[in-house]
Amino acid sequence: MARNLGFLFLILSLTVCQAAIFEPVSDKHRSAALHLFRPVDGTFGSFEESYEALRTFEILGVKEFDISKSTCPLVLKTLEAFPPSSKDLFDALRVNHILRCEVEADIFEKIASKLQTSIKEASSLLDFYYGVQSLGLIKEQSPETNVQLSDASTSFHSIKSLSQSDGRWLFSFGSAESSTYAAGLALETLAGVISLASSELDQSMIGTVKSDIVKLFDSIERYDDGSLYFDDKLLDTHGHHGPLSTTSAVVRGVTSFSAVISGKLNLPGDKILGLARFFLGIGVPGNAKDLFTQIDSVACLEDNKVSIPLILSLPATVLSLTKKDQLKVKVNTVLGSSAPPLTVKLVQAFSSDNKIPVLENQELNADPESSDHSLDILSSNIDVGKYIFSFRVVLHDSENKKNYATGGQTQVPIFITGFINVDSSEIAILDSDLGSIETKQKLDLSGKTSLSLSANHLQKLSLHFELTTPHGNSFHPHQVFLKLSHESKVEHVFVVGKSGKHFKIILDFLGLVEKFYYLSGKYDLQLTVGDAAMENSFLIVLGHVELDLPQAPEKAPRPPPQLVDPSSIYRPKPEITHIFRATEKRPPQELSLAFSCLTVLPFFAFLIGLLRLGVNLKNFPSSALPATFALLFHCGIAAVLSLYLLFWLKLDLFTTLKALGFLGIFLLFVGHRTLSHLASTSTKLKSA
Amino acid sequence: MVKTTSKDAQDLFRALRSAYAATPTNLKIIDLYIVFAIMTAVIQVVYVGIVGSFPFNSFLSGVLSCVGTAVLAVCLRIQVNKENKEFKDLPPERAFADFVLCNVVLHLVIMNFIG
Repeated sequence: MARNLGFLFLILSLTVCQAAIFEPVSDKHRSAALHLFRPVDGTFGSFEESYEALRTFEILGVKEFDISKSTCPLVLKTLEAFPPSSKDLFDALRVNHILRCEVEADIFEKIASKLQTSIKEASSLLDFYYGVQSLGLIKEQSPETNVQLSDASTSFHSIKSLSQSDGRWLFSFGSAESSTYAAGLALETLAGVISLASSELDQSMIGTVKSDIVKLFDSIERYDDGSLYFDDKLLDTHGHHGPLSTTSAVVRGVTSFSAVISGKLNLPGDKILGLARFFLGIGVPGNAKDLFTQIDSVACLEDNKVSIPLILSLPATVLSLTKKDQLKVKVNTVLGSSAPPLTVKLVQAFSSDNKIPVLENQELNADPESSDHSLDILSSNIDVGKYIFSFRVVLHDSENKKNYATGGQTQVPIFITGFINVDSSEIAILDSDLGSIETKQKLDLSGKTSLSLSANHLQKLSLHFELTTPHGNSFHPHQVFLKLSHESKVEHVFVVGKSGKHFKIILDFLGLVEKFYYLSGKYDLQLTVGDAAMENSFLIVLGHVELDLPQAPEKAPRPPPQLVDPSSIYRPKPEITHIFRATEKRPPQELSLAFSCLTVLPFFAFLIGLLRLGVNLKNFPSSALPATFALLFHCGIAAVLSLYLLFWLKLDLFTTLKALGFLGIFLLFVGHRTLSHLASTSTKLKSA
Repeated sequence: MVKTTSKDAQDLFRALRSAYAATPTNLKIIDLYIVFAIMTAVIQVVYVGIVGSFPFNSFLSGVLSCVGTAVLAVCLRIQVNKENKEFKDLPPERAFADFVLCNVVLHLVIMNFIG
């Protein structure tokens, strides 16, 4: 038994995290679309943007803008010129598909024949995609044009050969990594090839594509709220596609493929529902591209042949017992249109705190005029609190059960709010040792009170009250605090504990003197009782208590400094002004240059002086070897001096010292040879 | 009286010049070098006196380079002078090698300091 209970808890805790509400496409999307897609000078920009705007408005049924006057001439011009980029042609045809501009049939004929040859020569997936899709658009716009693919089977094989074993597709034979986005495009292209084929295609080929789709759905990913999506984890050369556009591509591919084949795709309805939840779960996107992707994908799911998702939504998830609200549930398709006849059952409702079921197996009353299903929760003895309701949608017609996906149980978090009664509240001052009551006062917590109590450190303050729900049960709110604030703005907050049905707090001032920093004087009492499910949450000032506490001993802790204004913490700090050193006063440039020249003058004087003294170089060694050494010695000194110059200009100390080391050794050797030669000649002269 | 003083001074200078004329040429070269170094230093000091000592480390390295090399030259002169019996055993080549080495070290420091 215990094991079974544990298992039940596990299932419940797993399902709780799935509780989330998805709403079908609504007026919010319409106003967002009107806001995001705004024509400038009668157009929406490029053909791609125009198509996105037109398609979104078409699906949402918005007829605010008529851009055909300004856009049709552009479309005609593009189609007549037959653009070199197959994407431009495709976009122009897409726009024309919605605008229905008057295009002559022979233009379509010309484009169709060019496209047919380009498909024969196509090698990459995108070439096939734009070619086949463009032909499909021409077929719908001008039914008499010959758009049939004579060798559809070859094209089908070429596209199929790009598929991978995991159900993903390659963009071209050269590309290294397969992509889910490409798989979506490929399926859409294959659907186009099947519908354009002049003869019936081999069923076994279609069968392998069907199993590819099943494999592709094995790689589906899942969020905690039960929504499913596809994601490409790679950055390929065609740019990265996020989960939204990848999932959208797959949905478009799978739905268009399932529409052209005979028989059903073997995909569980829950997966389609999960995908629908993914698109609806993003709410109302903030940019035009995402909004188009969402609305277009949802429209693909609205009437697909695999299974049509039904979305269960609640207009209100907060129900008030005081206002006698009814639990209302709506079941719609993704675009918000009404569902086939069905019954909504409340399987179970349990409190999210203690998981105890409060309601089981109730059938909601269907309102024949609207798609609402309602349940009177007042009669069902359900109390204030937070609950998780799980619903099941049961379709009446057994044929519909095959075509619609309801997704088993849907879990929804629901708040039931109500008026909480506050009873038998009283406040008292007790004598500490005897416990005898000094003063006792009844409190009316619903109205205004202004207590005036006094106590010393040998006494206690006790506060006591009861909270009951409309059904007479005890209620435990999220927050119950008693706050004492001293005149000097020192505050103390106490949590009021619950014992049985009562809330009770006893403040023993003897034990609290240190916490109160020995501050005697007037303390204001404030009581806070609050909860999300409590309609009459309150914060009231009860009055004040005059405390007489002993003198503070010397080592007593000081009260923390109180901020005069709490908002002063968040005020902007004074601006920091940086003080930079003022640039030194420089002398005029001419003066400095003049002195530079002046410093050279003594050198010339030195040279002239040398000449006058009759200096000569007769002592310079005349024989070859000592002369070389003497020359090297002088070169070495010059090298050291130029090294110093380099050190000043750009080198650092370490490079300089390294170079100086080698130069120094060289200089030592050469200098020694030169000077010893000189010394020996002079001694020879002397001795001679 | 004034006349005699100026005549005495002239005599003194003449005596000094004639005595100095007997100094060996290599010592005269060193003297000239010392005067050149000191003059360069004086010009830099005058410059600083006029415009202020803003790149102070450059000024110090300039002046100390001159004064330092002048001091080293004085040392060289003492060692080379044959009348100094103290350095009789020291060959002038050895003294010149010392002078070169000291100058190399001095100017390494000067270059490091010049900024």
